[in-house]
Amino acid sequence: MSKPICLALMALALLFASGAGAAKPTFELSTSTLEDRQQQTRLYETEDEVALLSAGIAVLQDMGYNIVTTEKDVGLITASKNVSAKSGKQIAAAIFVAVVTGVDIATDKEQQINVSLVTNRSQLREGYLARVTFQRIVWNDRGRVSRAETIQTPELYEEFFDKLSKSVFLEANKI
Amino acid sequence: MNVRILLLALLPLLLTACAGQDKRILGGDNQVELRNMQSRTFETNDQNRVVRTVIATMQDLSFVISNADAELGTVSGMKLDGYNMKMTVTVRQKSENQMLVRANAQYNLKAIEDPAVYQDFFTALEKAMFLTANAVE
Repeated sequence: MSKPICLALMALALLFASGAGAAKPTFELSTSTLEDRQQQTRLYETEDEVALLSAGIAVLQDMGYNIVTTEKDVGLITASKNVSAKSGKQIAAAIFVAVVTGVDIATDKEQQINVSLVTNRSQLREGYLARVTFQRIVWNDRGRVSRAETIQTPELYEEFFDKLSKSVFLEANKI
Repeated sequence: MNVRILLLALLPLLLTACAGQDKRILGGDNQVELRNMQSRTFETNDQNRVVRTVIATMQDLSFVISNADAELGTVSGMKLDGYNMKMTVTVRQKSENQMLVRANAQYNLKAIEDPAVYQDFFTALEKAMFLTANAVE
């Protein structure tokens, strides 16, 4: 066998081997499940689940989301919005790379944020638990998906629940 | 002549391509097998509780819920983690004291047909039902 064919076969073998090591679908609970649940959940001392959901809808509207679906019988609100994903840092890095190497690299352009807010009666204390989860799909300036991920920034969840607490207060006082 | 040989050589490829497209649209012929691996029953008559527990389990598994219907007992969600996983779970009454839960999921462009993956989901769901029943948070 000639050397180029041998090399090509080796490269193909490597490609298949790396493919076999790619992420496989799984529904196993991870070790961070409890931590994630705590970060994404707050207790609200109310007996009125619908009022809590209404406060949730209002806060999502405050944040510029479009409500996609609501199902009060299972305590669910889903919402989404499309916003810019442009980052000054990323654009600066792209310009730097283009100047130094002449290569035009893609930068993030737009993102769709999906959010679901779920309420459930607390089994331990009086009141309802609200759990929120955010995820995003980011497209680059070539129209390709550059990232698809669950957002796990703790500060984001903190800020959301601060706003939800305010909204619960405002709704309760009909403001 | 050469064109004719080329067309003859391509014919089986085109025929299998058509059959492949149909299979992609209609799914495989393993209905019974699929239903078995995707379904479990739970000894309860409380559909709302099971739907809420399914939602909580999917959130634990990093899904963002996109839709739910309490009356039909359906929950759909999407998980993004460098890949795109979509799942729909249905909860319906099987008998007076039994709920049938069925999950079907898709990983990127392929339906998940591995029984072990569904078993993992039902194991997580069992744990969540246990948590709810025993008031552990």
